[in-house]
Amino acid sequence: MNASLPEAHTLITRLADAIAPTLTPDTFIVGVHTGGVWVAERLHALLKCPQPLGTLDISFYRDDFSRIGLHPQVKPSNLPFDLEGRDILLVDDVLHSGRTVRAAMNELFDYGRPATIRLAVLIDRGNHELPIRPDFVGLTLNVPKHQNINLSRLDDGHLTLSLA
Amino acid sequence: MNLQLTEDGKLHHLLTLDGLPRAILTQILDTAESFMDVGEREVKKVPLLRGKSIFNLFFEPSTRTRTTFEIAAKRLSADVVNLNISTSSQSKGEAILDTVDNLSAMHADMFIVRHGQSGAAHFIARHVAPHISVVNAGDGRHAHPTQGLLDMFTIRRYKGAFHNLTVAIVGDVLHSRVARSQIHALTTLGVPEVRVIGPKTLLPVGIEQMGVKVFHNMEAGLKGCDVIIMLRLQNERMKSARLPSAQEYFKFFGLTPEKLALAKPDAIVMHPGPMNRGVEIDSAVADGPQSVILPQVTYGIAVRMAVMAMLTGGAA
Amino acid sequence: MKIHIQNGRVIDPMNARDEVTDLFIAAGKIVAIGQRPADFHVNRTIDASGLIVCPGLIDLSVRLREPGYEYRATLESEMLAAAAGGITSLACPPDTDPPLDEPGLVEMLKFRARNLPGPRVYPLGALTQKLEGKMITEMAELTEAGCRAFTQADAPIADTHVLLRAMEYAATFGFSLWLRPQDVSLAQDGVAHDGAVATRLGLPGIPALAETVALATILQLARETGARVHLMRLSTRDGIAMVRAAKAQGLAVSCDVAATHVHLSENDLVSFNSNLHLCPPLRSLRDRDAIREALRDGSIDALCSDHTPVDENEKQVPFGESAPGASGVELLLPLTLKWAREMGVPLAQALDLISWKPAQILGVPGGHLSVGSCADICVFDEHADWVVNAQSLFSQSNNTPFLNHPMQGRVRYTVIDGHLDFESGH
Repeated sequence: MNASLPEAHTLITRLADAIAPTLTPDTFIVGVHTGGVWVAERLHALLKCPQPLGTLDISFYRDDFSRIGLHPQVKPSNLPFDLEGRDILLVDDVLHSGRTVRAAMNELFDYGRPATIRLAVLIDRGNHELPIRPDFVGLTLNVPKHQNINLSRLDDGHLTLSLA
Repeated sequence: MNLQLTEDGKLHHLLTLDGLPRAILTQILDTAESFMDVGEREVKKVPLLRGKSIFNLFFEPSTRTRTTFEIAAKRLSADVVNLNISTSSQSKGEAILDTVDNLSAMHADMFIVRHGQSGAAHFIARHVAPHISVVNAGDGRHAHPTQGLLDMFTIRRYKGAFHNLTVAIVGDVLHSRVARSQIHALTTLGVPEVRVIGPKTLLPVGIEQMGVKVFHNMEAGLKGCDVIIMLRLQNERMKSARLPSAQEYFKFFGLTPEKLALAKPDAIVMHPGPMNRGVEIDSAVADGPQSVILPQVTYGIAVRMAVMAMLTGGAA
Repeated sequence: MKIHIQNGRVIDPMNARDEVTDLFIAAGKIVAIGQRPADFHVNRTIDASGLIVCPGLIDLSVRLREPGYEYRATLESEMLAAAAGGITSLACPPDTDPPLDEPGLVEMLKFRARNLPGPRVYPLGALTQKLEGKMITEMAELTEAGCRAFTQADAPIADTHVLLRAMEYAATFGFSLWLRPQDVSLAQDGVAHDGAVATRLGLPGIPALAETVALATILQLARETGARVHLMRLSTRDGIAMVRAAKAQGLAVSCDVAATHVHLSENDLVSFNSNLHLCPPLRSLRDRDAIREALRDGSIDALCSDHTPVDENEKQVPFGESAPGASGVELLLPLTLKWAREMGVPLAQALDLISWKPAQILGVPGGHLSVGSCADICVFDEHADWVVNAQSLFSQSNNTPFLNHPMQGRVRYTVIDGHLDFESGH
């Protein structure tokens, strides 16, 4: 772990604090596999959200399918609620180009028509390629293109950030 | 088999399950699993194959299989074109290759082919341009790989794993492309005992070499089975040099509740369809609690979606 | 034209000759072996150093496709191909269109062939009219027109009574019948050997029984009628055993196999390659090995090419729809040499199978190099390496299972009736 990166749980707490004031009891939290789901789970607990947690796998909505094909491990998307007219809080770990979020939104709309979607990310690393901005962000960091920032989960469930 | 795989071992055509590695079969089943809930959603589509053109080339008529492929392709947002080429207009290979060339020129990305001759899908796959994939929807007696896969999907759904099963395939194996595909899939996926049951006149020479045990006595063959797959008996076989009548066939090789009781109590009964009630299978069994014949149909869409998605993705 | 073939290794199985020596040819005959005759003014010297000089090959089955099947091949192209294969005499099956069931057709074919460079053509006469298996042909008239034997080619007679009468009639005159043992009802719509490979590939099968059952019938009828029978294209271990036993009992019967079946088996059918759709089908390894052994021990009398050129479109179809048969007149020699090499059989014994033995079966001159005999000679390089493809083949068709395969052994010169009818480029 890189000394200059904060602890993941610190950022998650910061996010929760930012979200809490505007969170309605009807809001549904939806995490994007895989890192976004880990973050969403923590947020769901911290924010004491009464609604069930949703998870999205965007493999079928990626725009690079023609080039790289289907990911071998497609996890199930699970939205145990009706989206129609709902407020959604979409959660991901790292915002980079914005394509993952675009795919996630496309997928959400194939399930139904939400009233609003707000975006919460743990890290916004810049170099956006689409007009997508987070509503809530744990940390904004300018990471050079050749470097990767990753969220991992250890065996004991502890989340950790690393720069490679 | 090499014809089916790219240099780095990815699936490029699906022509037969013979020779495909276990990892690829498992990947297809896993991918199909993830497509299952697309059918539950309001918008039963994912955009994976948007802009792709899939041509159904059916030289042998079939409504069921063709419709399933069409639904699967549309759920992947692909454009589908159906061509039913009657046997009278097609009879020479020139027609096949000309047809294929013309369609390729219309920017086809994939051909789904059903033909009365064994090896027809291989033949077409050898001739298409490198970026086009071919899916065999049934060629003569040789193979029906997507059916074999959906049958494996069904088994996995109900039984969980393959490594501890005894599976019996009953009926006219000689003329069945489905049975051959099932046998390849079962042996590749590690089913320890695969049995074929039927009269000598309906079991082909040397079938043991495909890794199965041969039974001519159905009672003996069903003992201890976890899965029983009943094959359809075609009308023209029922009174022929191979079989005297449907009645005698049913008496010795039809699945009745009494015979089913010889298998394990939690054995499942499958049938690739369409069924001949009273010939291969008693209605009591077909409609009974151990029958999984209806769900088999729904799995077919997810499995075909998985196959088409896996063939199209990735740089050619 | 006076030709001097110099310094070649002359192998003549019939005369038991195997030595480096010279041949002298004049007026279509071999006039001397070894010693140059006096006043021999050579028109052409062939330097055969390092090459083998043997009797011109005699191929018991070469389809020339005329009349009627010119879209598949023509007399010109196939006779040139045969000469390129070292063949100096060939027997041509009667399954042309129309079939060779009338003396006029036979005479026309012979006339056409005589006026072209290439081997001596011996048309085989149809055994029944239109090859339909119902009414026998005018065998005596056809023999006068030049037919050496009568056959149904690949359309066996289904009616045993007709076969019996045909054999009786032929026996009346001492004519030979060349029969391919295949029971029509057991073969049905089969396209491959009924075994584990056909089962796996879902191809309708032709059981070995189709050959052995028909053989049993033919052998028994031959015993009864005393007809002289030659069995064509054996393919099964059991069939070969039956013929061996019949010969041991003194039955005057001979048999041949196709060169393809000496090397290939059902296992080669892996990817539905239509070039492997043959008649009879390629059978199991056991059958193939029995063929290889039976050639060695003399149970099988001769090897032939069974040259069957087809139009490309007839093979560019799914396996079961393709026309059966392989082109192969240019491969008879290298495939024979390959068998000999692999089995450790002496060259003379191997060459016997494609020269002297077939000459005796066909009942024609040739197949040996004696002073005074006709100058039908093949000169080949047993070590020449080449690859079978459209460029290297002279035949109009390329439908061979050996397409793109390497071969060893190639004809350099073919002398027919004292004329140098073929000379290779290199």
